[in-house]
Amino acid sequence: MDAQVETATRELSYAQAIQEAMAIAMERDERVFLMGEDIGVYGGAFQVTGDLVERFGPERVMDTPISELGGAGIAVGAAVTGMRPVFEFQFSDFATLAMEQIVNQAAKMRYMLGGAVSVPVVMRFPAGSGTGAAAQHSQSLEAWLGHVPGLKVIQPATPHDAKGLLLAAIEDPDPVMIFEHKLLYKMKGAVPEGYYTVPIGKADVRREGRDLTIVATSIMVHKALEAAETLSGEGIDIEVIDLRTIRPMDRQTVIESVRKTSRLMCVYEGVKTLGIGAEVSAMIAESEAFDYLDAPIVRLGGAETPIPYNPELEKATVPQVDGIVRAARDLVTGAR
Amino acid sequence: MSATARKSASKTEGANQPFIYRQFDQDKLRDALRKMYLIRQFEEGAEESYMRGLIHGTMHLSIGQEASAVGICLGLSDEDQITSTHRGHGHCIAKGADVSRMFAEFFGKTTGYCRGRGGSMHIADVSTGNLGANGIVGGGLPIAVGAALTAKKMKTGNVVVCFFGDGANNEGAFHEALNMAAIWKLPVVFVCENNGYGMSTSVARATAVPNIADRAAAYAMPGVIVNGNVVSDVAEAMHEASERARRGDGPTLIECKTYRYRGHSKSDRNRYRSKEEIEEWMTERDPIEAFEAELVEFGVIDAAGIEAIRADVAREIAAGIEFAKESPMPDVANLEKYVYTEQA
Repeated sequence: MDAQVETATRELSYAQAIQEAMAIAMERDERVFLMGEDIGVYGGAFQVTGDLVERFGPERVMDTPISELGGAGIAVGAAVTGMRPVFEFQFSDFATLAMEQIVNQAAKMRYMLGGAVSVPVVMRFPAGSGTGAAAQHSQSLEAWLGHVPGLKVIQPATPHDAKGLLLAAIEDPDPVMIFEHKLLYKMKGAVPEGYYTVPIGKADVRREGRDLTIVATSIMVHKALEAAETLSGEGIDIEVIDLRTIRPMDRQTVIESVRKTSRLMCVYEGVKTLGIGAEVSAMIAESEAFDYLDAPIVRLGGAETPIPYNPELEKATVPQVDGIVRAARDLVTGAR
Repeated sequence: MSATARKSASKTEGANQPFIYRQFDQDKLRDALRKMYLIRQFEEGAEESYMRGLIHGTMHLSIGQEASAVGICLGLSDEDQITSTHRGHGHCIAKGADVSRMFAEFFGKTTGYCRGRGGSMHIADVSTGNLGANGIVGGGLPIAVGAALTAKKMKTGNVVVCFFGDGANNEGAFHEALNMAAIWKLPVVFVCENNGYGMSTSVARATAVPNIADRAAAYAMPGVIVNGNVVSDVAEAMHEASERARRGDGPTLIECKTYRYRGHSKSDRNRYRSKEEIEEWMTERDPIEAFEAELVEFGVIDAAGIEAIRADVAREIAAGIEFAKESPMPDVANLEKYVYTEQA
């Protein structure tokens, strides 16, 4: 599936994998540079850029003032005129400050100008809850951007995919928004050395199964896999699909899986209503897989609330392994 | 009108002619007049086509502001870039666009600059360095700074001009863009076309400082106020700003004081300004009349030459409208084309 033959692999954290991708991209292409708040000597709020400024210098690892709208727009302008900027938001919540440039400019410029330009900008968004940072530093806003034609929106779940998808994003001629779950930054996994890409727009079947398809994104992929492992002990065989890209969505992989398992559950951290699960569910309801469904579709998403500070409340806001196990068991055994 | 010319001349130390007569040859100056006519007649043609139902949507006319667009772009090459505004037809023409393809865009045709996807508010000829008009007030400001960042990184020696209106100076994007352009000393020139009103709200009611250029001080860059209806004054300020930018000394904010004769857009009932005020600008301070008189005074052109330009522009406008009418409509089957870049 990957564009290049993979060579030796070793364990890297998700954050290290992203950093390695940026370093490789900057080595391969002098047009690539990084912009963001405190990404230089500080190393980024989550230490994703780390020491890259020492290797590539402050011209290519550019600290910006705290100006998300202006910074995002400058990245757009640089992209349109021939550079390959990678713009880091300190928290995905701050996308709200830059929505004008993301939604009205980056996403639409090529279309509005009748194809006369491309906008090869990458924007990175540390997202998600679980860090006790409360309502303004914990959101999962990927569905907001997934609603905008002209953008591509990806959510890598593993170090391997984080590196490969980011390298693909940097090479992509169109604006690519990457949502990186903060709790994944320290997660380790096998990452090939050197250059490789993971294709944007392609889901990955992480676990094959016969009884139920779980379509999950980002950190929920791991929770779904854990739930599937638990339920395998009860003889329930779950297929877990890591969506990886939410726009453009890999419909075919999901449809084929549901045709096989006849049951669908969507697990995602963003607010449940009008979210990714709504899209995946509707997509299946509109497809040939609908006739194969043996049970209603189930969505497990974020609660209809801002993310609270208290750790127990925070945990209760987003799907957890226990909840996925219960919902999946009920769905497969017909208890619901 | 010759008084204007003499006034400009007397401002120039050690020279007896205004800036543009020392800087550019006569062909270039006659072409500047031609471009001003082209802008005005283009917009009159667009307005008439709109009235006749040939163009839908809306448009924002810059009639009365031609000296600013032409004066700023006079010394630019195709490699120098601009970002433009919703009132951007003049910038597009001043930068070198073909009015036929502009009309075709307004008519929604495939031969238009944006293949019928953009219309008036997104008009752009990228090949002459126009990165696009913009429907969002202040939207082009960060983009221009980004283009200037590219110019600096790639060492192109090009300058980027960021046109915006007085309304945009109260958007956050203005302040963020000027600040970053200044701290990174980027080759960008911010050109505020202050026509007195953001839609219906006067600058006095909307902006805490008397001049937009006063805000340059907050970003440690020169702030220059010019009579936006005098081509030479505009061009001279722009020349200094672009030299500064190309030297690597950073941005300048130029405020062109000007006036739009027409309403904000096609929905405007003009209830926020008096007939007398509009009349006064049209009869006393028209930029084309002033420039014509000056060109005659300095012996660049005579009455017959002016008449020939007008007639030639009128023919070009008529031919452009004809081209637009006859051009094909886009195929609905291609609705989603250009959302993403086609990849092999």
